[in-house]
Formats: sequence, structure tokens, C-alpha cells
Amino acid sequence: MHLRAFFIGLLFAAGLGLSGMTLPAKVIGFLDLFGAWDPSLALVMVGAIAVYAVGFRLKLRREAPVFAQAFRVPTRRDIDPRLLGGATLFGAGWAIAGFCPGPGIVTAATGATASVVFVLAMIGGMLLWKAALAIYESRAVVDVAAQVAP
Amino acid sequence: MENFTPFSALAGGALIGLAATALLLLDGRVLGISGVVGGSLGRPNADTGWRLALLAGLATGGVLLMVFFPATVDVQLDRPLGAVVLAGLLVGFGTRMGNGCTSGHGVCGISRMSPRSLVATCTFMAAGFVTVPLVRALMGGV
Repeated sequence: MHLRAFFIGLLFAAGLGLSGMTLPAKVIGFLDLFGAWDPSLALVMVGAIAVYAVGFRLKLRREAPVFAQAFRVPTRRDIDPRLLGGATLFGAGWAIAGFCPGPGIVTAATGATASVVFVLAMIGGMLLWKAALAIYESRAVVDVAAQVAP
Repeated sequence: MENFTPFSALAGGALIGLAATALLLLDGRVLGISGVVGGSLGRPNADTGWRLALLAGLATGGVLLMVFFPATVDVQLDRPLGAVVLAGLLVGFGTRMGNGCTSGHGVCGISRMSPRSLVATCTFMAAGFVTVPLVRALMGGV
């Protein structure tokens, strides 16, 4: 699977490069709805969704993927505050520097200072979330224990 | 609209969709970059290997783009580094909190009509649309 994953990453990077997602100024231009709006990146999503929607139809016809025992696709359908809060923070961060995770990594590999700084901070943000979640969950356990205790 | 590049945007999007489709049909996984990065932090598990391999592919792709199509990765960003750090922290924290980014929610999730992904994508787009003029105002621009 490792070799396949490598080439999938390579193909993904090629798509990001061709589409213009690796140019933060262009991404900011897309998010600049009230300024000099560049709608190109909406078409990146259209192209990607058109292809993947076909792929997902093909998936529905199969019992299992080619090289694994089972599909592992998220099944949750609930909208919770964590989803909304997370998406809001992500959207704000995306708009500040024009990087989302994929293009950040692709351009960091070129050694561009802004991209390297972005990716390191992004990893920091991910670890920060992990730490925050661990603290929150340990408190929740304490709360439950307090309720259970006589 | 002078920077509008509809054809390369559609074609690039199709390649992104193809990569995500390959991971789904071959290995049964959703291609979400924030999940791949977040999942490879911490203690190694059965998924760490392929995740790191995929990230290596992304990075190698970046180097190849720089060599053969340097204009595609010519990062010219007029933002102070402090703003870039803040952006990275928000993107990292937010994508893990909300379980996905542009690829996982925006492409894979919307394609399978996941209500969570649809709501997440509308939310991060809206947050982006609001943030761009705010940043411009803070930076003293027009």
C-alpha cells in the first residue's frame, strides 16, 4: 500500500499544482468575494467532485476495496458544535495565508519560507487540539465519576 | 476576473478527484490531507506507514513541480510571518477539531453527499469570505 499511497500523493500534488491551489495569492483571490474575485477554485472543486462522485458510485457496487478487507468511510451525519467551530477556525486560517493543508505541504517541499512556517505551525495547531481534547476528556471522566460517586 | 483560469482549474480538480478515487477504490480510505497529517502524529500504528508514504508523495510532487513548472509553486505571499504562524495554528487546530479540510470535507465528503461535510464546507468557505476583507482592513489595505 505504501507505494500506491506515494503515487496517489504525487498525483494529488500534480492536481494541486495544475489547478492553482498551490498559489496562496490565487486562493486568497478566490476567497475575496467582495473584492477582485477569482472564481477559478470553485471549478477545482467542481472537477474534483465530478470525478470522485463517479468513483463513489463505483465503490457502492463493490463489497470491498481492491487491496483491503473493507471500506473505511465516515458514516456520522450529526452536525455538532465541534464541526462548526472547527470549520470556522479552519476557514479563517485558510483565508489569512491562502494555504490549506495539502498545498502547504506541497509548497513547503520547495523550501519556500512561508510554506515551511505554515506547515510547522499547522502541526503545532494539530498537537494543540490533541492536547485540548485530552484535557477535556479527562475532565469529562472526572465529571462522570463525581456523578457516579455516592 | 482577469486571473480566471477555468480550464486548468477543472483539469487540476479532476486529477485531485482521481487521486482520491484511487485511494478509495484500491485501499478503501478517504483522502483527507489534514486527517493524513494528524493521523501520523503521535504513536505509530498500522496506518502510519501509508500516511507518511502519501505525504512523501505530496512533498516529492512539490519538488517536481518546482523543477519542471516553477510558476505553479511560486509562493508569493504578502503576509507577515506572524500572520502565517497564526494561519497555520488555526488550520491545524480547526481541521482536527472539525474532522477535515478542503480535501476530506470539500471533495470526498461533498461527493458522497455527507451532510456533515456539506455543512463544514459551507462554514469554512463563509469564514474565509469574511476573513479576507478583515485581514485587508487590519493590514491597512483598501
